[in-house]
Parts: sequence; structure tokens; C-alpha cells
Amino acid sequence: MSKKALSGLKVVEYGHFISAPYCTKLMADMGAEVIKIEQPSTGDESRYHGPFPDDLPHPEKSGLFLYLNTNKMSITLDVGTAKGREILEKILKDTDIFVENNPPQMINELKLDYPRLKKLNPHLIVTSITTYGQTGPYRDYKGYAINCCAFGGVSQSLGHNWREPLTFPMSMGHYLAAINGAAATMVAILARDITNSGQHIDIAEADIWASHHVGFGVTLYTFIGREHLRNGYLGGGWTYPTGRLIPCKDGYMALCAPQVKYWKQFIELMGNPEWSQNPRYRDRRAMEYEYPEEVDALLTPWFLERTKQEHFKFFEEHAIPFAPLYNMEDEVNDPHLTEREFFTDIDHDAIGRLKYPGPPYRFSKTQWSLERPAPKLGENNEEIYCDRLGYSKKDFVELRKAKVI
Amino acid sequence: MAQYPLQGYRVVDFGSAWAGAQITHMLADMGAEVIKVESRTRIDYARLGGVPTPKDLIDKSPEAIAVAYPEHLELNPLFHLLNRGKLGITVDFTTQKGADLLRDLIKRSDVVADNFTPGVLDKYGLGYESLVQIKSDIIVVSLCLAGHTGPLKGTRGYAPIITALAGLDSMVGYADESTPSGTRFAFGDHVAATHGALAILIALIHRNRTGEGQYIDISEWEAVTSLLGEPLMDYIMNSRIQGPVGNRNTNMAPHGFYPCKGEQEWVSIAIKTDEEWHNFCHAIGNPKWTEDNKFRDRLNRTDNYEALDKLVGQWTANYTPYEVTEILQESGVAAAPFMISKEQHNNPHFRERETFIEVEHPKAGAETLYGIPWKLSETPGGIRSSGPLLGQDNEHVFKELLGLSQSAYDRLVEEKVIY
Repeated sequence: MSKKALSGLKVVEYGHFISAPYCTKLMADMGAEVIKIEQPSTGDESRYHGPFPDDLPHPEKSGLFLYLNTNKMSITLDVGTAKGREILEKILKDTDIFVENNPPQMINELKLDYPRLKKLNPHLIVTSITTYGQTGPYRDYKGYAINCCAFGGVSQSLGHNWREPLTFPMSMGHYLAAINGAAATMVAILARDITNSGQHIDIAEADIWASHHVGFGVTLYTFIGREHLRNGYLGGGWTYPTGRLIPCKDGYMALCAPQVKYWKQFIELMGNPEWSQNPRYRDRRAMEYEYPEEVDALLTPWFLERTKQEHFKFFEEHAIPFAPLYNMEDEVNDPHLTEREFFTDIDHDAIGRLKYPGPPYRFSKTQWSLERPAPKLGENNEEIYCDRLGYSKKDFVELRKAKVI
Repeated sequence: MAQYPLQGYRVVDFGSAWAGAQITHMLADMGAEVIKVESRTRIDYARLGGVPTPKDLIDKSPEAIAVAYPEHLELNPLFHLLNRGKLGITVDFTTQKGADLLRDLIKRSDVVADNFTPGVLDKYGLGYESLVQIKSDIIVVSLCLAGHTGPLKGTRGYAPIITALAGLDSMVGYADESTPSGTRFAFGDHVAATHGALAILIALIHRNRTGEGQYIDISEWEAVTSLLGEPLMDYIMNSRIQGPVGNRNTNMAPHGFYPCKGEQEWVSIAIKTDEEWHNFCHAIGNPKWTEDNKFRDRLNRTDNYEALDKLVGQWTANYTPYEVTEILQESGVAAAPFMISKEQHNNPHFRERETFIEVEHPKAGAETLYGIPWKLSETPGGIRSSGPLLGQDNEHVFKELLGLSQSAYDRLVEEKVIY
């Protein structure tokens, strides 16, 4: 086993689906010990989400669950029961980080609110990832990823301004909230080394969209009165081509060259077509703001002559920053990602050997790694309850009978 | 300390544009001393991008504008947004003396961050291999489009190229259009920056415990692709290539944006469980159509989502997005208005959470920036200043921090090393 940056850090996850699990995966993949608490007999809802091999649902074969829960342990525990509560408290007394993504109301009902947990363990860092956060008038509103896209303001820049807006696919906001939650938690670890006390971290998915992603739109609104971001890339201010997708022989090419030198070079490489001399196609700002589709159409015949790989190679040779639009097949088979060993093969009892997508970053001394596959439901019950917490085999059977675990 | 958890950490910031700037402002928000390195020979392009450039300046380089129209470089609120809380110095590291000054500064720093194309800093003796000789526990994080190894390591590209190469944009769009619409904002930059900030924090934890620094290579492409586990696993398991699905969700219906009273007014509604469905039906007054067998359970609703969407849309069209939200939320149904920037600015929820705040800039005046979305109860951080003026902290950094005498400083200014 290689040296890990977060080894020794004890994390408990009491969450479901994407945001809390991805947050703790980020820690587990860097060496933290993550105990995932799942509801007895059902477990994390992502176990039922898929994708499944041949589309046949099976709680140990969900691609989303397998991907989000690498390097973790799973125990089943009903924290709503008195006995379950007692066990959870035992665990949390010896925990550094508690990550949860439940509605604030539910956490209050379960008496798992921060003031109570702080009394239990003042060193504990509690990271709550929710839709709207722990404060504010919408705190108790119900919300799924699409509602966060709406309220967080990202949907205003997805899709066309003459049609219905779009949600970000794949519940992407959950992942973003998770990364931000992990980063804020690491800040709290650094702070704890000095203050010797834990704290509560409140991450709202709607805030994350509204700030780091499209918060610049509010800055532009107050600065120049641009009310929305529906008209295109960065709400304008750029010159053609700023993020156009142009069809080619076998897919699409993505074009972005706000700097004039690339555009000039590209026009030259196309052989200075006659239209490029027309003043209408020399005003790159008007081209981007007013008639980008018209310019796309002028470029299309040239692009249709070659495949995306042929184009990519050509643009690479000329150092022009245009690239193909990849799909998931392209990702899995890409030679660059292959050479960087982006995908890792790991074995799993229920599903066998599969490729898993890899690291968001490469550390030179403490590498990201997948040491173990996602756990089966309650896979580590005996290890945690008997070996670590000291329950006898007899207690263990009782707990199971009472459906506490 | 109580307010600023990262107080005492010094970061030398070669970052520019979006990702490079955002990665370190997150650390500055938490109290780190981030020193942004620019030079009149190498100006952050973000000083220009994003807001309309005066017509006569379009396609002029920032360096030319620095000479002809220097005020313009201090007026872009997006630059202030991405560089808030940082100090600013100007030093030309392509000169020997400039590189030496920076090495001296890095000797007293914890972290170096950059988003150059691979090799730029190495050329001037400022790459990790050189820096580790003078500061053995330095943490260097280097971010670029495709990472620092592999056949495409030198590839350049702006944000739309990241999400294209990463495969994300192939799945963003309408199901009934052949061309995906893509993300259309700098999503790839933001994701890489957040991963980058997280990586730096993890490396600091490790260094504080072991005394060991390290080098971190970030590929913006991989930072995005690493989030696509769901469609990647589908391809790996089933050889299925997912494409754009619009607002369709295989587990939820209704799920989408529904038209409301007015022009381009929309409300988002998402219903997963049967309980939520019954609450929804009740909230809208149990019209006859809700009893249709086609909608009786989740499976039927997701199968018949198009018919359902039409009927839901007919109901929402009678109300404003806020009215629909209120009616449905009262019954425990997930709904939220479609918000544009203007509405977000005035929204009471965001106001109470200080999602947007005003920060004073010495040249541009008060500007609205986004606040700090990491809400830490005990050590919340804070935005101590707006983005730096070009070279505003030269005297402080070179004289007070590095101890240059006034005459040595003046000489370096004259020689355009500090420039």
C-alpha cells in the first residue's frame, strides 16, 4: 500500500445518493478511513440507480454506487432506534469528520444537529451538504438537482434562449457541492490543528452554482445591467468563436479562440475563403453576439470533410486550440488518458473486474489510488461492531435480529 | 485565527484567466496570503475578458493596452471577482533577476500555483525540480488542459475545449436536436479550480504532519471526466454511449422546466416518489387527469413523461414561477423558480446567506461579487479586499518581505525587472 496523504483521518458518512458519498470518496481515495452508514436491508439509494450490467437492477451492481464508494467500508445501522443511536455515538466519539446530506429538518428530528454532536465530541467536524443550506427562508424547501440548477442560476446558461431551459445532466450539482464540501472540510482540519476544536460546515448546492459557477452573472448585472446569461458564452464579452460546436465527418469539433491570432491563422489554413473577406465576417464580436449560427454554417463544409481525429491532429500540429467533442467511448479508448492510466481496473465480488474512472489530480508523493472496490451492503459490520467496538458475537446476532444493523 | 483559518500560509500565484485565478482566491477567502504575480510583459488576460472591450481595443493584447490605456486594466469586475483578497506584484520572471526575486519569495512560501502550458516555469528555473532545491517542502500545483504527461500534454484550450474533450458537452443539450448545446460557461475551469484548491489543502495537511511537500499535476480534462462516473460506467458495462436527454430523468416524472405566466418564465418541478406525486395532485386540486392510469406510479409516469409534461405545463401556465413554487413546496413537492442573474441578486434566501456581497475596489468603486459558499461556523474566512491593481503590493513584498533596500528596489524598477 502506498503512502497516503489523509491516512489516519477517520470519516463517517451518513448520507445517500451522490453529494455526501462523493465528498467522502474524495477523502477515501486520498487515504482517509471512511465508514459509510447505510440503512439496514435497503442501503444507499444509489444502489438502485444504475447503470446496471444489461440493465438488470441489483443492489451490488449499480455503476453509480460502485463508482462513488470506492475505498470505503459499509456498515448497516438504523440510527433512529435507541440502540442504533448508542452505537452511532460510540463511533462518533472517535471520529474526525462526519459528512451528511440529509434535510435539516430530518437531522433535527434525529437529534443529530451540530450542537448535540459537538457536546458528544468537540473535535468533530460536521459537514452538511444540502440543497439550500442550513439558513435562509428556503432552508426547508425540498429540492432535487434540477431545482438547484433553476434556483442556482446555471440553467439560464444551458440550452437556447428561445426554448425551455435545461438542467445540468447527471445531477452534476451534487458533485460540485461534494468537492466544495471536501475542500471546506480540509480547511477545518487545518484549523483544528491550531484551535483544537471542530466546527460545522454548511454547504448549499444552490450557493455553489450561484457563486463559483454563475455568480459572475450577478457581478455583470450590477456592473453593466446585463440581466441574464441566456445569450451565450460567459454572457458575452467575447469574440467569435467562443465555444462553438461544428459538425464534422464523424461528430463535432469544439472551437474557441477569443484571441485574434488563432482565428487569423485558422482562416489562412482554410485557404482564405472568399466569405472571410466580407466585412460582415470580420467583426468577430458581432459574429459571436448576433449571428454565430450563420458563421457556423460557413465553416461547416470545411469541417465535414474530415473526422474529428484528423482535425484534432491538424490543429495540434498548428497549435490552434480546437478539439473534438468526445463521447464516453472516446474517453475510455483515448490514448492520452490511457498513457496517464486514468482508468483503473478493480475486482469486485459481485460484478467482477471493471474499469473505473480515475483521479482528478496527481500527487507526486501521496498518490490517489483505488485500493478496494465499493463495499457490499454491511460488508464491514462484523469488523466494526465486534473487532472495533467490542460487541460480542452474541450481541451482534441480537442487533441483527432487532434490525438495528 | 478565529476568523481566518489559513492565515499564515503564503501562496505564490502564477495563475491567470479563470481556473488559475479561481483556485487561489478560494484560499485567499480562507485567509491565506496569496501573492499574484503579473508583469507588464505578461498581464492576466482576465483583466480584459468578460466585459465589453471598447471597440478600438478589440484584439489588442493586454500588454499593448497596458501602455496605451492602462486604466482599462483596472476596471473589469470579473478580474476583481476572481482575484479578490490577493496581493499583486509585477515582476518579469523571464529576466534572471526577476526569476531570482521570485525564488527568494518562494523560499518563504508554502505553495506555488500556476496554469501555464507545461514547461513555461521550468524554462526560468521556477519549476518544481528547481524550487524543491531551495525549499524542500514546497507544494507546487500545476494545472493545464491535459496534464503534464502523455501525448497531449502541451495541448492548449479554453474552457469550452475542456468540457468538449472531457465528454461532458456531448451529453448537454436537447434530446430532439442533433447538435448538443454544450455548457456555454466556463464550467471546466471552475471544476478544475475547485479540485485544485482541494488538492492544495490535502497536500498542506500531509506536509504539516510529515514535513513533506510535493508536486501536483492537474489535468482540467481529467478533473471534469472524473465526475462522469455514471455515463462512463454505462459505457464500460453496457457499451452504451449516452447523449443529450434534455430534462428527461429516468427516475423522475414530472421532471423539467414548465412554462409560467409571462415571457420566458419557467418553474422547475421534480417528483420522484408516489408520495410526492400524491402531494402534487392534491396541491393542484386533484384534476381528473391525475387519476389517469398512465400516471399511477413512478414507472408509468416516467414511461409517459411527455403526456404528463404537457398537462403539468397547462397547470403551471396559470401562475408565476414563485406562485407555483409556493403552492407545491407547501405540500412537500420540489419546485423552484428558474432564476436569471437579476433575480438572484435580489433573492431573500441568497441575501440572508450572503451569497452576493458588495466589495469596494479602489478604482472601480463598489462591486457585487459572490460571497464565500463554504460556510464554516467557527473560522468563516472573509473577503479582505477586491482584486489587486497591477503591481499594487510591489513595495510591500519586495522591500518589507524580501528586505530589498530602496536603492536596490529602484534599480530593479528601472531595469524593468519589477515592471
